[in-house]
Amino acid sequence: MLDGTTAEIVERKALRINAAKTCQPIGAMYAALGIHGCMPHSHGSQGCCSYHRSHLTRHFKEPVMATTSSFTEGASVFGGLANLTQALRNIFSIYNPEIVAVHTTCLSEVIGDDIPTMIRKAKEEGSIPEGKMVIHANTPSFVGSHVYGFSNMVMGMVNYLSEKTGNTLNQINVIPGFVEPADMREIKRLAKEMGVKIVMFPDTSNVLDGPLTGQYKMYPEGGATMAQIKSAGDSIATIALGHFASHVPAATLEQKCNVPASFLELPIGVQATDRFVSALRGYAGVDIPASVELERGRLIDLMSDLHQYFHGKRVAISGDPDHVIALTRFLLELEMKPVYCITGSPGNQFEKRMHELLDPVVPNAKIKQCGDNFELHQWMKNEPVDLLISNTYGKYIARVENVPFVRFGFPILDRAAHRFYPTLGYMGAVNLINQMLNAFLDKKDRECAEEWFELVQ
Amino acid sequence: MSELSEKPEEGYDCEGFPIPSAPLPDAATVRAEMLSVYPAKTKKKREKQLLTNDPGTPPEIAANTRTIPGIITQRGCTYAGCRGVVIGPIHDILHITHGPIGCSYYSWATRRNLARVKPGQPVNYLQYSMTTDMMEEEIIFGGEKKLAAAIREAYRIFKPKAIAVYATCPVGLIGDDIHSVCRKAKEELGINIFGFSCEGYKGVSQSAGHHIANNGVFKHMVGLLDEPDKAKFRINVLGEYNIGGDAWEIDQLLQKCGIHVTATLSGDISYEQICKCHTSDLNVVMCHRSINYMAEMMETKFGIPWVKVNFIGAEQTAKSLRKIAKFFGDKQLIDRTEEVIAQEMAALRPVIEDVKSRLKGKTAAMFVGGSRAHHYQHLFKDVGMLTVAAGYEFAHRDDYEGRVVLPTIKIDADSRNIEEIEVEADPKRYNPRKTPEQIEALKAGGFSFKDYDGMMVEMKKHVLVIDDISHHEMEKLIETYKPDIIGSGIKDKFVIEKFGVPCKQLHSYDYGGPYAAFTGAANFYKEIDRMIGSKVWKMVTPPWKKSTQETFGVGIESEGNKAIREIVAGMAKAWKPKAKAATSDEG
Repeated sequence: MLDGTTAEIVERKALRINAAKTCQPIGAMYAALGIHGCMPHSHGSQGCCSYHRSHLTRHFKEPVMATTSSFTEGASVFGGLANLTQALRNIFSIYNPEIVAVHTTCLSEVIGDDIPTMIRKAKEEGSIPEGKMVIHANTPSFVGSHVYGFSNMVMGMVNYLSEKTGNTLNQINVIPGFVEPADMREIKRLAKEMGVKIVMFPDTSNVLDGPLTGQYKMYPEGGATMAQIKSAGDSIATIALGHFASHVPAATLEQKCNVPASFLELPIGVQATDRFVSALRGYAGVDIPASVELERGRLIDLMSDLHQYFHGKRVAISGDPDHVIALTRFLLELEMKPVYCITGSPGNQFEKRMHELLDPVVPNAKIKQCGDNFELHQWMKNEPVDLLISNTYGKYIARVENVPFVRFGFPILDRAAHRFYPTLGYMGAVNLINQMLNAFLDKKDRECAEEWFELVQ
Repeated sequence: MSELSEKPEEGYDCEGFPIPSAPLPDAATVRAEMLSVYPAKTKKKREKQLLTNDPGTPPEIAANTRTIPGIITQRGCTYAGCRGVVIGPIHDILHITHGPIGCSYYSWATRRNLARVKPGQPVNYLQYSMTTDMMEEEIIFGGEKKLAAAIREAYRIFKPKAIAVYATCPVGLIGDDIHSVCRKAKEELGINIFGFSCEGYKGVSQSAGHHIANNGVFKHMVGLLDEPDKAKFRINVLGEYNIGGDAWEIDQLLQKCGIHVTATLSGDISYEQICKCHTSDLNVVMCHRSINYMAEMMETKFGIPWVKVNFIGAEQTAKSLRKIAKFFGDKQLIDRTEEVIAQEMAALRPVIEDVKSRLKGKTAAMFVGGSRAHHYQHLFKDVGMLTVAAGYEFAHRDDYEGRVVLPTIKIDADSRNIEEIEVEADPKRYNPRKTPEQIEALKAGGFSFKDYDGMMVEMKKHVLVIDDISHHEMEKLIETYKPDIIGSGIKDKFVIEKFGVPCKQLHSYDYGGPYAAFTGAANFYKEIDRMIGSKVWKMVTPPWKKSTQETFGVGIESEGNKAIREIVAGMAKAWKPKAKAATSDEG
């Protein structure tokens, strides 16, 4: 397996091998699914839409609905106006969504389709019914990564929907980042436990983790409603989780509606969750309830119980920048050693922040933006690690290097529990600890000499 | 069901179609209902792609036409058909996607191109995804330099035998000439390097990509190695992609009969096998849609005839084996083939009987691919299930109505985009495998070449045939027909299952398989039995929402409760005196 990968590192400037990122539109599609009653629309070749739906479906094991402008050569030459107008007419008459969220693709970006003008024209000629909404985001695949696409679509929500009426509402906005429905559910649970009213957008819980009831609902119960996103302009503050996925939309909302933004990292592990909880507490003027303190206490208890299994372990991480940063922080809390940390996404903030975190404790750590899994694997061949944490694509490396493996981030194509168990918040940290411990001990139990095979650990 | 029993069986009508246990809705009414919500222009187009079947004279279907924007289609793009389907499975060459990151990412190991590493070919490149990861700079200033550099880097690291390059949408628009980059790299590095202009927007579906891939494989690989395998009866299996190990199953079965497979295009296939596949003597075609171009071109250039086969379904597999044996006309081969069929059928019959006892009269619908929606009907039929609706995602009229309509198919602007390469007989290597007399004799004996009659003639009258089904039509179909199972793809799977109807993915097989040949058929029957019979569907409605309510744990009459109460009463009796004694002691 992966027999073409050797320890000898040849410099590459042009060839990407085994990427650790994908393209913007899939992130935009995922974000749009977090609006209630929304049909995401892909403006480009139908293959983009098909690939994104397929990949999201493989990850969530749930229906992922989206439409496409189905460009053929003609549209690629003459522009996609006719295709988009026809698409909108069909979408509203056949599928009747409240809102359509259009994102672009490399094709429509290269030909320079002007989406706002097209939406306006479609409206004028009656392809968008009264009371219905069409928003858009520019998501060229040749810029950034899927995380940027997510961020751009959230910015689209702010730009099109959020309004300041002047009547401040006693609520706090949360922009959760490109995280699982289970994570969004966990954020809502924590806020509720604290008695804080939040408006979270996007919110894919109850959209991409729906029940099987015998009834199919094209627009499930979940998702932030248009009214909620509109009201975000009147909130006390915005808590934005993750620099790459959430900070720009939060800053946009601050600029547009004067809602102060708090730029946090994803609440993975103790201190990042402490900060998140404290931010909610500070803005809402509530006390941290005993129940939340109890959760935190249980996590600390578990960390102390299991400290021996984590301390000093060398870890390789591949993932999205916000996830890698936040996870690194948590691993450092466990006194593990993240030695190789890559993200496929571009953006200098990643390396800057990772050096801040790692330089004092793991000074020789290799940190790379625009990295790929091929290079990460080569580093591992040169000096091995005790644990690999990445999305599903890491499984090949884990197998060939026989290294414990924890699946984390997007996409997870070969396991299912990520739909149910968050990795955010105190309970999310418990979940991560559980997965890492299992990975270590399963390997030991499978491989250790018989005399060291023990009942109790 | 000639292989399965001597006489027409119970549960099948006089035409051999399974009889559904519940009456079917009227197809014409369902069709009208499906069309009723569409805006006029959309309706006008969809009504030509949504038909009620007439196997006698199949009606004309507007297949291989543009997808309507906004309708929610299953279809993908040209790149997917080319890179993903036809060439993707060649495991010992490098595949480099020239474009932004997404296209290579989504086509990375997502089609189940299972491959066994062969001795002397130590690297399976299908575990790698390679791309030029074009960024804004290359979009503005052109990406040819980056592509050339990427090819060089790839060669330096991996030293492969060949490199294939695939163009994505922006590449065509900005005008990168991938072919000239490949030609120069070929000269420079001395290995075979070739490109495919398979930009996603070309054509109306994956199908255009199949055609482009066929052309490229034929031009750049087929015929490069004139070393026939040492075997008496040599064939190529075309249009078989080894999903779930199907190609291995077919290969094994053919071997048992004494037939050697030179190359399977394209499943678990090496570069060398493709380069020498022209030395084989017969092309058997599984998926007509994706590979008939190759079969035609190989016949014109090298004189290899082709026939349609189908190794999906017990009876179809037997028929296909006999057809191949008959082509070679060797008595020993024919006898051996009959022996194998008899053995395999004997093993399969009890499985069929067992599964059929539960599935007889149930119904299926299938919307997939360019051949599977047809082929899999046979497997369902084997176990007494009727296909009540079917359609392809990207097939053409000939796949529905049969090759007889080929001369009447209008070539539209989208199809004209796809290169038709001029092929001539190879001056040295053209070698008709049969003499005209032999061909005539075979034909007289009921043998036919280039024979694909399409899906419709093998479907029951008045069932629905839906090309490029939309999500809306799928929903309506489930509501009206309530099929017991639907065969489709990943994008539909969980939609269908939310309705409480099991969905078998027929692209990926839900990561199961093999389903081809006899052993594969047994796997499929059992799988469908498992899916339809799964207890989970019965638990969908909670008991408190059912009309007949059960009670749990209430009521003292139940035997279980009575027994527990007696035990507790006995314990209390035994405990009481001691308690008394303790009290009196203290006192």
